[in-house]
Amino acid sequence: MNKKILFTLPLLITLVLFGYFFWALTKPGRDPKILPSVLIDKPAPEFNLTALENLGVPGFSRADLTSNGKVSVVNIFASWCVPCLAEHPDMVKLGKRDDINLYGINYRDKPEDALNWLNRNGNPYHRVGRDPKSRTGIDWGVYGVPETFIVDATGTIRYKHVGPLNPGDLDNKILPIIDNLQAQK
Amino acid sequence: MIAELGQFAIIMALLAAIAQSILPLIGAERLDSRLMAFGGQASLVQLLFVILAFGCLTQAYIVSDFTLVNVAENSHSTKPLLYKISGVWGNHEGSMLLWILILAIFGAAVAAFGRNLPVTLKARVLAVQAMIGVGFLTFLIFTSNPFTRLLMPPENGRDLNPLLQDPGLAFHPPMLYVGYVGFSVAFSFAIAALIEGKVDAAWARWVRPWTLTAWTFLTGGLALGSWWAYYELGWGGWWFWDPVENVAFMPWLMGTALLHSAIVVEKRNSLKVWTILLAILTFSLSLIGTFIVRSGLLTSVHSFAVNPERGVFILFLLAIAIGGSLTLFAFRAPSLKAGGIFSPISREGGLLLNNLLLSTACATVFLGTLYPLFMEALGGGRVSIGPPFYNNTFVPVMVPLLLCVCAGPLLPWKRADLVGVLGRLKYAGLATILAILLAWYVTEGGPLLAILGLGMAAWMLLGTLSEWADKIKLFRAPLSTSWQRMVKLPGSAWGMTLAHGGLAIAVAGMISTTAWKVEDVAVLKPGETISVAGTDYRLDGVRELVGPNYQAVEGTFTVSQNGEFMAILKPEKRLYNVQKMPTTEAAIYSTFVGDYYAVIGDQVEDGGWTVRIYREPMITWIWFGCTLMVLAGFLSLADRRLRVGAPAGKRKQGKRKQKSQQNAAA
Repeated sequence: MNKKILFTLPLLITLVLFGYFFWALTKPGRDPKILPSVLIDKPAPEFNLTALENLGVPGFSRADLTSNGKVSVVNIFASWCVPCLAEHPDMVKLGKRDDINLYGINYRDKPEDALNWLNRNGNPYHRVGRDPKSRTGIDWGVYGVPETFIVDATGTIRYKHVGPLNPGDLDNKILPIIDNLQAQK
Repeated sequence: MIAELGQFAIIMALLAAIAQSILPLIGAERLDSRLMAFGGQASLVQLLFVILAFGCLTQAYIVSDFTLVNVAENSHSTKPLLYKISGVWGNHEGSMLLWILILAIFGAAVAAFGRNLPVTLKARVLAVQAMIGVGFLTFLIFTSNPFTRLLMPPENGRDLNPLLQDPGLAFHPPMLYVGYVGFSVAFSFAIAALIEGKVDAAWARWVRPWTLTAWTFLTGGLALGSWWAYYELGWGGWWFWDPVENVAFMPWLMGTALLHSAIVVEKRNSLKVWTILLAILTFSLSLIGTFIVRSGLLTSVHSFAVNPERGVFILFLLAIAIGGSLTLFAFRAPSLKAGGIFSPISREGGLLLNNLLLSTACATVFLGTLYPLFMEALGGGRVSIGPPFYNNTFVPVMVPLLLCVCAGPLLPWKRADLVGVLGRLKYAGLATILAILLAWYVTEGGPLLAILGLGMAAWMLLGTLSEWADKIKLFRAPLSTSWQRMVKLPGSAWGMTLAHGGLAIAVAGMISTTAWKVEDVAVLKPGETISVAGTDYRLDGVRELVGPNYQAVEGTFTVSQNGEFMAILKPEKRLYNVQKMPTTEAAIYSTFVGDYYAVIGDQVEDGGWTVRIYREPMITWIWFGCTLMVLAGFLSLADRRLRVGAPAGKRKQGKRKQKSQQNAAA
């Protein structure tokens, strides 16, 4: 009798294991590629970024995220970053909305390169802050450019998108979250 | 047109596999020799159709046929030919087809080389082999069809992931798959034995060469993958405990155990049930590995495109294969007759200890790999486990195993005298103490654990050598006698000595490079020098390069020690045109005692370049040791004793056997 249980043991262990696998695979909304950011639902870090000279928009600081009661989209970009160019049209779309703040953090870039890039492609951002040494980027947990954060009107980070916005991401991910946050207000 | 031919071929292969998985089983039950023989023919037909399908897909890649989704997403017309071909298996669908191709090759090989197999066993093995084929062909056709057409073909493809455009990675997957899939034969033999209700020495003798083949290729595949990670990722280091590395490593650990336990079944007709279970588990781990890489269950740098639907499909396949075989095991294994008895201290006992330690080691890797998933299931959030976990669990299990490696082969069967065996190792022991003192002197009293670790590696090597010297009576008989004994040593004995020696050398490399690795990062302007571990690296200059499908910056370093020139290193940083993905091409100067490794990074604001320099002591020993192990596998395979099932070799004996089998079958 005992022996039979012993011989059934491998099967039982396997069944439990497969139960786990099945659970993990079918759990709705689980995307293994998304590493949860520790910053989600945490207040945005303190920072104060200087303006990009001759661009015509001011720099910004932590206070500008909460000053006007709007949801903010903070986009990390750089002139050397090719995917940033790919998502640029989406930024232009976002920049046309005046019910949100679109802020750009110019990450590890030379000011003249950044200026050229924005003049050539158009500046969608309402404010642009320079982060040449990635001090602020580190506080935001940036590990690749571009990244896009959505911050609610109280200055809490609500969403983080790593990498460029792919076709569909704006309509399916970013805009619904913004609408949602605006509705909550 | 050719793609449709490929599509047709995989469907035909599926039909052949379905017939092959049913008819020979019925034949074996009714002792109908025609139905049983059908298994062999069907396996050949199945192989031909799979080869045809694989050829069609390869052709589509070579001519850059972007009307196929698979080609458009993973290839590009400017890619060098080698990478067009390796691109076939650089993606989910194509690599699945490669998997099936290798499975079919093994099936047909069993049919071709297994002429001396008992006919019922052969029929059942082929049927089980075909069942695996049915599962994966169904999976391919219904969820991962490589021949799907695009309605609006793009002008050019999306290119292969640049990290995979590397000669090392071109050959790594096929080798790994031969290893993974090769264990299917051991699995099929185990299931067939459970159906027959009979496991004997002959069974083990047939299983061993197949397991050995799979093990040899898996060893090679793992070594190649680790070598690729070392020079291509630009992180230095050779093993990262990444989930995908782990899932390939687990079948290796289990396969190593299987290789050793099959010896006990063959020689002593003992440990039969355990060996059957190992054969099932080894292949199950291969399947689970395939599943984890493709389902996106765990996050890893290696993952293919994630598709949960596909994941559920494979999970069901696995549930049927693994659950089914373990159910069969639960019912049938208790009735298998137990074999010879042995005392704990004996060759059998040693091999059993080897098995227990290897299985425990495998279990720790398994837990570590899946722990993040369990944590998540229990609501603990997503975590990841790094090297510290494995250092605290895996390493302590491996240490006793490695210490015993050289003592095992000295133990006689049935009952052994431990004191006597250790006495035969006294010279090896003395030499080990000398080696430890030498290591202590050379490293100027480096970390104690690492020095003891090197001592352990020396003990393994010296003990293995002294066992070999013992066998040929070196220094105890005239040299001519020793020479004759050496020449007459069977391939499997050479294989054992070489494999254990190779392992010792690899372990020495692993320990040294882990303990004494030095790395430094700096920003250098051309003309500046950085000194790492007593070696100077001068950045002579940086220039831009244009490759066939990438652009690159290339740095030139002059490496010197105390003003004496050693080497020129030219690391590159490439940006691939299509995927816009940067890759590092490290430059490495390898010597016997260590590697000098340079990586060039981005340019910083003041015009300097970020460079990383690594000094990796004795790291090449790892791959040298692995090469010896692969060589050992082939040597052992060449042993006549293992070719009982082969058509050539001991012909007379073979004929006699065949006759008696035919009589038995009739």
